[in-house]
Amino acid sequence: MKTQGLFSKTMLGFGFVFLYVPIISMIVYSFNDSRSVTVWNSVTSPTVKWYGKLFGDEQILSAARLSIRVAAMSASGAVVLGTLAGLVLSRFGPFKGRALLQGLTTAPLVMPEVITGLSMLLLFVSLEQLLRAVLGWQFDRGVATITIAHITFTMAYVTVVVQSRLASFDDSLEEAALDLGARPAQVFFRITVPLILPAILSGWLLAFTLSWDDLVVTQFVSGPGSNTLPMVIFSRVRLGVSPVVNALASLMVLVVALGVILSAVLMRRQEQRRKREEQMAASG
Amino acid sequence: MRVASARLSRDAPGRLGPLWTFLFRYGPPRWTEYVLKNWSGQRLVIAVPYLWLLIFFLVPFLIVLKISFAEFSPLGRPPYEPVFRWLEEGALQIKLLIGSYQYLLNEPLYVSSWLYSITVAFFSTVFCLMLGYPMAYAIARSSPTNRNVFLMLVILPFWTSFLLRVYAWIGLLKTDGVINNVLQALGIIQEPMSMMNTSFAVYIGIVYSYLPFMILPLYSNLEKHDLTLLEAASDLGAGPIRAFMRITLPLSMPGVVAGSLLVFIPAVGEYVIPSLLGRADQLMIARLLSDEFFLNRDWPKASAVAIAMLLLLVVPIMLFQHFQNKELQAQKR
Repeated sequence: MKTQGLFSKTMLGFGFVFLYVPIISMIVYSFNDSRSVTVWNSVTSPTVKWYGKLFGDEQILSAARLSIRVAAMSASGAVVLGTLAGLVLSRFGPFKGRALLQGLTTAPLVMPEVITGLSMLLLFVSLEQLLRAVLGWQFDRGVATITIAHITFTMAYVTVVVQSRLASFDDSLEEAALDLGARPAQVFFRITVPLILPAILSGWLLAFTLSWDDLVVTQFVSGPGSNTLPMVIFSRVRLGVSPVVNALASLMVLVVALGVILSAVLMRRQEQRRKREEQMAASG
Repeated sequence: MRVASARLSRDAPGRLGPLWTFLFRYGPPRWTEYVLKNWSGQRLVIAVPYLWLLIFFLVPFLIVLKISFAEFSPLGRPPYEPVFRWLEEGALQIKLLIGSYQYLLNEPLYVSSWLYSITVAFFSTVFCLMLGYPMAYAIARSSPTNRNVFLMLVILPFWTSFLLRVYAWIGLLKTDGVINNVLQALGIIQEPMSMMNTSFAVYIGIVYSYLPFMILPLYSNLEKHDLTLLEAASDLGAGPIRAFMRITLPLSMPGVVAGSLLVFIPAVGEYVIPSLLGRADQLMIARLLSDEFFLNRDWPKASAVAIAMLLLLVVPIMLFQHFQNKELQAQKR
């Protein structure tokens, strides 16, 4: 047991070094006063001038605004559709076509992005042709097509999260509500949704992050003039390392780290409160 | 359900007014129950996500399949000849060409990038497993407080941008990058090593990006193990290595398979990592697909690549779904 524990603990330490050294070095070099990024200029560093440049970079800022809009819309759409799919799969029992629905909801989790991107684009092109021929209506690819594509591949994640949350408790509460005279819709909004709210929230955040971060699918389905943040970053990074991108990355890491730590603290507090209440209920 | 409809019929007149009272006079509204249970409730709720996925996930694949059999016409808009065409006599003409698929099998560029993608994906999965298994093991066997901190540390990079994490490695791996600078300053190497735009950089990038996907399923499996089994094994005289090989490893196989598939499948179709870190002379298959589509505008060929990739991955994807369903079933119990 002992040697085994030692080996796995060493690997754990090594793994964390591997996971965090790139991120930390990226943050450190965002304060470096040198264009060549990796050569540390010890005379004038640290400096925050790249952060200043970042907030004057209209291309990055407008791409970020577009990305936030798309991510918020996609996450909200994905939460609605994903929650319904999760509910259907775990509460509606066997129905015709259930296996296909289950397959359709888990396939996007592992589908290579280029395939999803290509197939979505070809769908939009066909729709374009169809709508032009039938209705004479011309639509352009852009925010709408990106959002539809993002909803489709992120709702799979929401479905899995919601489904596994629903699987963790049985439907006795819902049944009790039905017996007491609540209508199915009432049961859903007053019993089911509050119970799975944590799953819905984390599903929303997950969908938001995935949409905010997606490059490949977006590249396929976006139109001219709708450049999301990952597209701008990718085109800059292909030309070489840029200290402005380092600054942007550091800010994003900071936001995510704060968010994750905050949610961990909140969850822990809630857990403690629940335990205390349970104890009080048991003793009183 | 019966109680629910009884309640509805009691306060329904208030909502629907005279029409309802009129209908109500002629016996209990059976159809209300039908509508409630079969249409407005279940069917509609099933239909919404179902239709969405059919239209935006399944139909697109059928379109890709169709176009993969079309003939490339470089100047057309869209750049392929129609597969289905109504002839003047009202007959339907179907023209399926397998030229694109033959090309995939015969063109050396394609064959080598298929082999390269599969090799890279396979060895990346092995490296992820070699690093991820001990990590998951250590996390699962640590104290509950530490466990939460470790898990958070594994998940945190997953929430930060994937693109930017790959980008971070450029700064480390470049010829005048951090690793070369540090090694030279320490006197370990004299000349800087060239690590960017190599297969080594691609392996690093993939293992780095997909490591959490390996650790998390392994952890959730290892955490559930009954440790008394190991005690029993050691009471019966098994050494720690033997106990691990005979008990822990076989029990953790579902986690190993799930984690490996979560790394292998996306790694075969990886686009961003090889584009940023990889070789310029040896492309991976996803890059070939995107070049075929965007640079050559050869939609039929790009579609054929996508279909071939799907056929290659269909077995691993089915396996993954199988394990995913089993996992959900197990949670239910």
